[in-house]
Amino acid sequence: MEKIVLPEIENFHQIDVYVEQGGYKAAKKAFEQSSDDIIDQVKKSGLRGRGGAAFSAGLKWSFMPKTTDKPKYLCVNGDESEPGSFKDRQIFEDNPHQLIEGTLITCYAIGAKVAYVYIRGEYHKWIKLMQKAINDAYEKGFVGEGMKETFGTNFYCDIYIHKGAGAYICGEESSLMNSLEGKRGYPRIKPPFPAQNGLWGNPTTINNIETITNIPKIIENGWEWFAAIGEPKHPGTILFGVSGHVNKPGIYELPSGTLLTDIIYNYAGGVPGNKKILCVIPGGSSMPPLRGDQIEGVKMDAESLKEVGSAIGTAGIMVMDEDTDLVKVLARITQFYHHESCGLCTPCREGTGWMEKVLNRILNDEGSYGDLDLLISIANNIEGNTICALGEAAAWPVRYMITRFRDYFEERVKKEVMITVKNKVHSMRQTAFPLDDITD
Amino acid sequence: MEFKFTQENLERIKQEFKKYPEKQPVVMKALYIGQEQNGYISNEVIKEVANLLEMPSEEVLGVVTFYTMYHQKPMGKYHIQICTNVSCMLRGGYEIWDNVKEKLGIENMEVTEDSIFSLEEVECMGSCGTAPMIAVNEDYYENLSKEKVEEILESLKQTN
Repeated sequence: MEKIVLPEIENFHQIDVYVEQGGYKAAKKAFEQSSDDIIDQVKKSGLRGRGGAAFSAGLKWSFMPKTTDKPKYLCVNGDESEPGSFKDRQIFEDNPHQLIEGTLITCYAIGAKVAYVYIRGEYHKWIKLMQKAINDAYEKGFVGEGMKETFGTNFYCDIYIHKGAGAYICGEESSLMNSLEGKRGYPRIKPPFPAQNGLWGNPTTINNIETITNIPKIIENGWEWFAAIGEPKHPGTILFGVSGHVNKPGIYELPSGTLLTDIIYNYAGGVPGNKKILCVIPGGSSMPPLRGDQIEGVKMDAESLKEVGSAIGTAGIMVMDEDTDLVKVLARITQFYHHESCGLCTPCREGTGWMEKVLNRILNDEGSYGDLDLLISIANNIEGNTICALGEAAAWPVRYMITRFRDYFEERVKKEVMITVKNKVHSMRQTAFPLDDITD
Repeated sequence: MEFKFTQENLERIKQEFKKYPEKQPVVMKALYIGQEQNGYISNEVIKEVANLLEMPSEEVLGVVTFYTMYHQKPMGKYHIQICTNVSCMLRGGYEIWDNVKEKLGIENMEVTEDSIFSLEEVECMGSCGTAPMIAVNEDYYENLSKEKVEEILESLKQTN
């Protein structure tokens, strides 16, 4: 199977090797067509965003206004902070020029003159690698004003890296824009959507690193070629990041729709000690977890995962064997969302903290039956009541982990049901007047 | 203590202005440079950045407190960051965390008395496939074990 995003070519990250292998020809091909044609091809290719929402990339581009005096912007989202996902750093390291070429084509399609590649601050090494690639591309005239001469076109655009500083929320597109504007990374209320009102109030498109890296190959080989790879409703290859209890964790680029069991057992080498699988989170820590006995026959694409009650997310597959303490896992996941909640919306700010407290109570063997329902109730009250999707990201793991592993969690809480005192005043009176006194 | 950017750093910040239509987006980079020069982000650094970017210093402070990579107090020469999120946890992240805490005798966000080490429990750093991991200042160390981390700490002590 041909690799699209991470081809196995030696030194492909070097500009000379990339050009030798036909690099930057797709950009030339794109600039010879109209921008509408490019958007149309990407739409028909069926390429869906790889950042979590799996939204049609071409459709997203088509929301950008055609007639406007305002400058337009492209943001390439490399904030990559979802626990379990580590694919973008691989692209920065192994295939930065295809990412740059994809950025050029996208800028051309949406009419942007400037693209910002937002990279999380912890990725110092990968920021340097990416900056080197961008500098090389500038030098060879593939980016910036030099493009006019290199490609023989009137169009040119600049690419800049914006370094984050450690905030999960900035991977959310509107938070990313606020962060880029030099503000606290709070999300924005939608509508207005970024295509109307994005960076500095101008039309903006935000795409994931992996999404953009697919673009040159779609233009080069045609949308029909791309649409025929993997599952028709979610075509192309996906970078599956396998982590946790597997023998060979890592990134595997495979066609969408590859069986989850195939990825775990064949590519990632199975579970150490041939243990049974207790739980798999298929798309990064915010996606609903699956029971070990649910994963047989599950295909890894957006639609197939939806059918089994989960989602593709960022395709970060976390595998947990039968000896894993799921309460600890869920408590840790919730601790993460509590830590990363930006604090703007009350349900998320408070709810994530409550869920963490209750889970730690269960972890310390002090939980009760009622705590399980309490957790689900908190999760339900967060979901849908927040400005951005961090609310859902925090609520889903809790709700689905507890409902799908109810028996497991019930084992971990006290059997007796806590009886709540209906009339607090009355109960206090009883303490004030000891029972003996009254009965006398 | 008064803080002024060095001429060289001022130049670096000015280079950043070219990237954006406004000055404010440079705040993140300016704070990084300020932290690098001063060792941490003091109120004076905040004031200087605010002056330079024509922002209210409260807003600069807001940015500083929002992001985890800005430190408002001096950290150790080697800032040890240990990931304990799920993928690392499943492969021994907490054993490493507990062990390092014990070896250095400090808790989360504390600094050793000799100011050589500081410790931080960090969220997912994107090393899930090479877990468990630690980062020392800007460098990642991956595929670790308790023993390997001890070796790293030891070699850092030696080089100091």
